Amino acid sequence: MTDQSLAQLSNLAIYSAMAVLTLAMLADAVYLARLVPAREAAREGVRDRELVPAGTVDGDVGDAASEGSADAAAGRAAEPLAARKAAGIGWTLTLLGTMLVVAGVVLRALEVHRWPLGNMYEFAVFGAMFVLLAYCGWVIRSERDLRWLGLFVVIPVLLNLGLAITVWYTDASELMPSLRSVWLAIHVTVATLSVAIFTIGFSLGVMYLIQDRLEAAPERPRSFMGRLPDARSLERLTYAVHIVAFPLWTFTVIAGAIWARQAWGSYWNWDPKEVWSFVIWVVYAAYLHARATTGWKRQNAVWIALVGYGCIIMNFAVVNVFFVGQHSYSGL
Amino acid sequence: MSAADTQTRPEVVQPRLGPVGWLRWTWRQLTSMRTALFLLLLLAIGAIPGSTFPQRSINPARTTAWITDHPTAGPLLDRLGFFEVYASPWFAAIYLLLFVSLIGCVLPRTKILWHQVRAAPPRAPRRLDRLAASREVTVDGAAAEVRERLHAALKKRRYRVHAHDDESLSAEKGYLREAGNLVFHVALIGVLIGVAWGHLLGWKGDVIVPVGKTFANTLSRYDTFSPGPWVDVNALDPFTIKVDRLDATFETKAKSPGQFGAPRDFEAFTTFTDAEGHSEPRSIRVNGPLETGAGSVFLLGNGYAPVITVRDAAGTVLYSDATPFLAQDNNYTSVGAVKVPGASPQQLGFAGFFLPTGQIDDAGPHSVFPDALDPQLALTAFEGDLFPSGRPQSVYSLDTAGMKPVPGKDGAAQLRILLRPGQTYELPGGRGSITFDKVERFAGLSIREDPGKGLTLAAALLMLAGLVCSLVIRRRRVFVRVRPGPEPGRTVVSVGGLAKDDDEGMPDEIEAVLSTLEGTR
Repeated sequence: MTDQSLAQLSNLAIYSAMAVLTLAMLADAVYLARLVPAREAAREGVRDRELVPAGTVDGDVGDAASEGSADAAAGRAAEPLAARKAAGIGWTLTLLGTMLVVAGVVLRALEVHRWPLGNMYEFAVFGAMFVLLAYCGWVIRSERDLRWLGLFVVIPVLLNLGLAITVWYTDASELMPSLRSVWLAIHVTVATLSVAIFTIGFSLGVMYLIQDRLEAAPERPRSFMGRLPDARSLERLTYAVHIVAFPLWTFTVIAGAIWARQAWGSYWNWDPKEVWSFVIWVVYAAYLHARATTGWKRQNAVWIALVGYGCIIMNFAVVNVFFVGQHSYSGL
Repeated sequence: MSAADTQTRPEVVQPRLGPVGWLRWTWRQLTSMRTALFLLLLLAIGAIPGSTFPQRSINPARTTAWITDHPTAGPLLDRLGFFEVYASPWFAAIYLLLFVSLIGCVLPRTKILWHQVRAAPPRAPRRLDRLAASREVTVDGAAAEVRERLHAALKKRRYRVHAHDDESLSAEKGYLREAGNLVFHVALIGVLIGVAWGHLLGWKGDVIVPVGKTFANTLSRYDTFSPGPWVDVNALDPFTIKVDRLDATFETKAKSPGQFGAPRDFEAFTTFTDAEGHSEPRSIRVNGPLETGAGSVFLLGNGYAPVITVRDAAGTVLYSDATPFLAQDNNYTSVGAVKVPGASPQQLGFAGFFLPTGQIDDAGPHSVFPDALDPQLALTAFEGDLFPSGRPQSVYSLDTAGMKPVPGKDGAAQLRILLRPGQTYELPGGRGSITFDKVERFAGLSIREDPGKGLTLAAALLMLAGLVCSLVIRRRRVFVRVRPGPEPGRTVVSVGGLAKDDDEGMPDEIEAVLSTLEGTR
């Protein structure tokens, strides 16, 4: 097969993935929308249960835990059929979309005969792949049902793919001499993975802040948010995701420094891209620090994490294009 | 307190702090987590101007141009250090305060951890059900025997276990969390020391070496050389590098504007001779520096060095050399100068362009492709005093302050010469001739030594390891209390867990410890 037809196939895979993911997004939205009445019903259910007189409990402390999980099981069972159907469709389509993005990346790699991380387009598509893979992997491995997260993962992925294919699209080409290194595969791959996980962390952080507002409101408005984990759990999930991404970003910066020494002669040059990588690192370090600081509100800490994600966007979308530096890419 | 209160109760006075008190207060403030957090955020903000404004250490020409273009803001920002952010006093103040804060935080914590590791885990609280996670079960077996089994179970789960009395156990694990956190912070200091070490004892120098020429590693041979303050510039390792060939490959297949002509590969084939005189062929590539053991040689630039010969009217060679012209754009439109101090009656100078694939049109002389497909040399000639001020000047440009243009043969004010390889131009008025013999390439070599890089890398990796430990490992305390059950032969076991920060896994952990008593409940 010629490289030209491979290129077309790769683009076709990405376009198909976008179509499939759009449908997945709709299904996920329907899922969350259909959950609202279910929450009301579940609330009623809980109230009924609470009316059962004490004394039927046999006194063993161990039952408390099993009761909790039974509650959760009851909650899941209370999801209406329509919501469960939508969740299933959304999940299946997300899996399909993920496979298509993976296919797009693999075809691109075959087409260019190198690691497919040589320009912004490839970086964006690779990042989308990692976000989807991380989400799917998490859903499959987790004991909890995390499909409520789907919508908030698919939306940034779609935005990213849309920009990639329109604004950042670059024809397949070889690399500049400074990019020809094994460190491309190490440094940029880990950077992409780290950014992908930060993306999920960002979505969770935003959801936490919304949930926290809703919980603080005197009268909780009816919304699907009522069906999602409470603010405390969302905050924990946000933190859990960030502590995976942060060491990966640390590694990215170290690997980048090693590569910079090989390619440019000095491991740190305060190139704009390096400056922003450093800023991102410091801001996320501040997030972890703020979370460990007694007397600092968790909300404020999460705000710092969101600022960190803003810096990531800045580093990718603005620094690459508008700032003069050594991190130049082939084409764009 | 309202104003009225102060009037009615004047005897209330604020406690006064002495100098030591103030010092202690300052230290406490500086080493508090809040201050550290503030400094961290300040560090992030402080680093940003270095990416938005051109930096003198990276691109001095752009910096000067920016200041000239902004006559009001330029000099002001310059005074505030915005063009040398990472060497500015305020940036240094932020990170030095941060490191002081860090040390002030790490020292007491190290002491605490040291004591904790050496001391036994604390005594079990009386009421374990008050802990964040706890369970109580009644099992078969005598209290002592049950306790023994739990002791073994905790040991197996890698807890440090200590029995303060006969009816309780105290266990703790996850010291590596705090240790990792401390290692992370100490390693940050290591990174700083490594960077400082490299700055003090490192050096870098750049030199342009045309193909066929040899570079000897002595101070005088460098075009630019910037040593650290503690470097002995006369003790450079006397190796030599002869550039035998330089291969450059450019994109010809991809036709899109951003791709066509983009560089693809550069490789310099050299003969390296070390200080002892052993020679061997070594190649230098981008991403593949030549490690000499006393400085690494990087191929950071390349370009063209046309071989130009200038003769006088009698045919005597006054100048003949591969003359590097510096590339100005991606297609290697290059500028340079030829200085002939030996010409008479007046010194001669030529300045102009070298074009690897030349095109001369309304846009002036420029190159349309980076490879030497149609090399051309477009020069103008000057005569007069080449070095009017006596100051050192760039070899790539002509200082025409003491010179006047050589007029053209057709009466034009300025003589313009266009040469292709092998061509010779007879200068008017018996001034001699200039010949463009052939095209050579040059290698832009940068030779650098950074003795701190090993320390920096080791510290950075240690930092990463410490970070992972401190984020992944959980610090947990588990307490056990046993007491005889209501019936003989039964024992009531309560297990409580305490984690350093919120730890969803604690109930599972307690469950796992209790599972060792499975079958006896």
